[in-house]
Amino acid sequence: MRFLFKTNYHQDVRLFKHGGQIFWYAALAVLLLAMPWLMPEYYVSQLVFIWIYAIVSVGLMILVGFTGQVSIGHAAFLAMGAYTEGYLQQLGWPFALSLTFAALVSGITGIIVGLPALRVKGMYLAIATLAFGFIVEEGVTRADGITGGNSGMMLGSLDVFGIAIDSEQRMYYLCLIILVLCVVGVMNLLRSPTGRAFVAIRDSEVSAQSMGINLAYYKTTAFALSAAITGIAGALYAHKLRYISPEQFTFLQSIELLIILVVGGVGTIYGAIFGAAFWIGVQQLIVIAKDWLPPAIGQQTGLQPTIFGIILIAFILFEPMGLYGRWLKIRTYFQLFPFYRKGMFRRQKSYMKSERMK
Amino acid sequence: MLQFLQLLASGIAQGCIYGLLALGFVLIYKATEAINFAQGDLMMLGGFVGLGTSVAMGMPFWIAFLATLIVMFLFGMLMERTVLRPLLGHPSFTVVMVTIGVGFLSRGMVTMIPFWGTETHVLPVPYRDQIVRLGGQGNEGGLVLPTEHLVIIGITVMLILSLYLLFKHTKIGIAMKATSQNQLAAFYMGIPVRRINMMVWGLSAAVSACAGLLLAPITFVHANMGFVGLKAFPAAVIGGFGSIPGALVGGLIIGVVEMFAGFYLPEGFKDIAAYVVVLIMLAVKPTGLFGENLRKRV
Repeated sequence: MRFLFKTNYHQDVRLFKHGGQIFWYAALAVLLLAMPWLMPEYYVSQLVFIWIYAIVSVGLMILVGFTGQVSIGHAAFLAMGAYTEGYLQQLGWPFALSLTFAALVSGITGIIVGLPALRVKGMYLAIATLAFGFIVEEGVTRADGITGGNSGMMLGSLDVFGIAIDSEQRMYYLCLIILVLCVVGVMNLLRSPTGRAFVAIRDSEVSAQSMGINLAYYKTTAFALSAAITGIAGALYAHKLRYISPEQFTFLQSIELLIILVVGGVGTIYGAIFGAAFWIGVQQLIVIAKDWLPPAIGQQTGLQPTIFGIILIAFILFEPMGLYGRWLKIRTYFQLFPFYRKGMFRRQKSYMKSERMK
Repeated sequence: MLQFLQLLASGIAQGCIYGLLALGFVLIYKATEAINFAQGDLMMLGGFVGLGTSVAMGMPFWIAFLATLIVMFLFGMLMERTVLRPLLGHPSFTVVMVTIGVGFLSRGMVTMIPFWGTETHVLPVPYRDQIVRLGGQGNEGGLVLPTEHLVIIGITVMLILSLYLLFKHTKIGIAMKATSQNQLAAFYMGIPVRRINMMVWGLSAAVSACAGLLLAPITFVHANMGFVGLKAFPAAVIGGFGSIPGALVGGLIIGVVEMFAGFYLPEGFKDIAAYVVVLIMLAVKPTGLFGENLRKRV
C-alpha cells in the first residue's frame, strides 16, 4: 500500500499522482507502440477501430460523463466530421488542415445544437439531440451534391505531412497519436477551471450557478468541445473505412456510443477507453462465436442485439460503475487485502430524487 | 379541398398511433420520472403477441385483442419488477439506458423466434380492405376512409375515455395520480407506491400494445416496427411531457404535419417533419402546449 504525503496543493491536480503511475503508463506506451509488430494485421485493424471509438467516447464523455448533458444524436457529429473530411480531401486540402476544419465544422454545429441546452434540460435536451441526429441523417442523404447521398462517398488515399498512410500499421500509429493527444487534452481540460465548472454543472446546476458559473457559456463550450473531438474521430473513421454512407451514422450508432460509455463507466476517461475496447472486442467475439454455436443460434440476425441488450442491462444492474468500476474494486481489494469490505463502493440511493419541477 | 380532407383523415389516424405511444411515455414519466425508450418495442411485442394469439392460437380477433392487452400488461409489470425496480432512486440517465437495453433485447429475441421473427406478417383483422365513403355518388368521389383508419380513431377515443374514467373515478386511478404527484406523501397515506408503479408500467405496455395492434393492418408486423416509437417522443414533448390530453394532441399534430409534409414538401421531409416541429417547439415553448410552467424547487 502506498501512502501519498501531500505537501503542496499542486499535487492534487498533477496528471501523474506518483512515480508508480509514470512507470506503468510508460510500460503501457511501450506495449502499444510494439503492438503492430506483435499482432496479425487483422487485429491491428481492429485496434484502429478501438482507438477511433475511444476518441468518440472521450468526446461524448465530456458531455455525458462530466457535464451531465445527455446527447442521443452524437452520430450526427461523427457524420459531420466524416463528410467534411471526405469533401475537403476531394478538394485537395492537406490532411492537417482538413482535419482541423472537420473538427471546426463539428464544433460549430455542436454550439448550434447546444443552444437548446440553455433553455431545456434532461430529457427535453435528449430529445432535441435525437431530433437533430435524425435531421442530419436525412440531410446527408439528400445533399447528394456534396455527400453522394445514398450511394455514399469514396475517400482517396491518405497522406499526412508527406507520409502515405497506406498500411494498417501506419493508420494505427496515426489514430493512436491522435487519441493520446485528445486524452491528454481532455485530462488537462478537466483539471482546469473550465473542467471543474463542467463537473459542478453535472453535480448540481443550481449550486454551480450560485457559485458564479455561467451555465450558458459552459454548457455551450462542453457541446462544442465534445462535438469537435467527435468530428476528429469522424474524419479518422472515414479514412479507416475508405467509404462512408448515411447508414453508418444512424440513431443506432448514437445509442451504441452511449452504451460504450455505460459499459466502460460513466464519468471517467478510463471508462471511455475501456468501453470502446470492450465494444469492439465483443463484436469480434460474436463473429468468432458464430462459428462455434449451432447454426440454429449462430446464424440468427437477432443474436447481436440480444447480446447487446443483455450486456447493457447486466452492467446497469450489477456493475453501475462499468468496467472501470470493476477494475477499481479489484485493485482496492488487493491494495487493502484483507480489509476490503463489500459495501465500500455502494452508491447512495435516495428514495426519489426528483428532476421534475415542482 | 377533398384532397386536403383526405390527407387530414389519414394524418389523424396516424396521429392516433403516435398519440397512444406518447400516452405510454407520459403515463410512465408522470409516475416514475423515467423515459421508456422501449415503448416502440413494447408496441412491436404487442403486434407479435397479437399474431400469436390470433393466428397461432386461432382466437377470434377481438378476443385475441383483449388477450394481447392482458399479456402485455403482465409483461409491463414484469419489466418493472425485474429491471426497473432495482434502479429506483438512480439518475434518470441510468433508467433510460436500461430501457434501451430492454428494447435491444426484445428486438433481438423476437428476431430469434424461428420462422417468425425475421418475416413480415399480416395480422388478419375482420375489417381489412374495406372503405367507407362520405359524400360523392355511389361508388365514386367523396371522402374515402379506409376502415383501418376509422377503427384506429374509434378505439383510441374509447381508450382515452376509459383512461379518463380510470383516473377520475376508480381507487387505483386516483392512487396512480397521487403517486405521480408526490411519491413520498402517497406512501405516507398508505398507497403501495411500488405496486402502483408496477401497474403503471403494465398500463403503459398495454396502451402501446393497443397501438401496435391498430397499426398492424397498415404497416404489417415485423421486428423493426418499434422504430415508430421514436416519433412519439416529439408528440409527447409537443403536448408537454406529463400531460395526458397533451400527448394525444401532440400525436395528432405530428401525424397531420407528417402527412402534409409528405404530400406538399419535397421528398425526405416526411421523415423529419416530426423532429423539425419538436425543435421549433423546444425553441419557442419548451414546456409544450399543455405543460405546466413550474419552477424547480432547490
